[in-house]
Amino acid sequence: MSSIRVPTPLRPYAGGNKDIPVEADTVGQALQQLTETYPALQAHLYDDAGNLRPYVNLFVNDEDVRHLQGGDTPLASDDRLTIVPSIAGGTA
Amino acid sequence: MILHLAPGLLDQLIEHGQQAYPQEAAGLLLGSIDGEDRRALQLLPVPNSFDEVQRTHRYQIDPRQMIEAEAQAEAEGLDIVGVFHTHPDHPPVPSAFDLEWALPWFVYLITSVEGGQVVDHRAWRLDDERGAFDEVQLSGLPTQEVP
Repeated sequence: MSSIRVPTPLRPYAGGNKDIPVEADTVGQALQQLTETYPALQAHLYDDAGNLRPYVNLFVNDEDVRHLQGGDTPLASDDRLTIVPSIAGGTA
Repeated sequence: MILHLAPGLLDQLIEHGQQAYPQEAAGLLLGSIDGEDRRALQLLPVPNSFDEVQRTHRYQIDPRQMIEAEAQAEAEGLDIVGVFHTHPDHPPVPSAFDLEWALPWFVYLITSVEGGQVVDHRAWRLDDERGAFDEVQLSGLPTQEVP
């Protein structure tokens, strides 16, 4: 079974869990399962149009899925999908 | 909610923010959770990954830096409890860009640097509706409580 590593600021919306097991064949399926199990995560991972928020980065093991197949990236049973926030801000 | 700051942490932040001026300085607050409150025990400056022009009004921490910071915090038995950044020649109040990129739960400590000198600090937390920031009270942590 693969797993999703949830970053600290999102854990309160994921039942306080750091690692969540998922039965999924792709990154997209894993995220769908995650938000179905923990609906409070939806607003923090996706905007109102259903797009991933700009600070959400997804890594399968050590690879950014943008350099793989995005949401279609396959997940093997021992893979870990890590949600990594980009931190940004500023005066304007 | 209160953000308790370890002794010396603000001094480090002031030095870092003034050195980076007129660019924005940024980094992470490592510490612990105390009920609803947070204790910031270590300042972890992180390079601003925007280009030199954008750095005067924006900061970004690369996701790979976040992975390293998470590992460092975990190895020290700490959590990343928040983010700090400076606002050169602007008040320490979140901007629309800060709101767009804000994560829940983290405390955002903003330091205003006017003409190269730090003049103010204020801390904020995103509300659960993602519509606004609520101000977080700042407090010093007694020396004996710092490991």
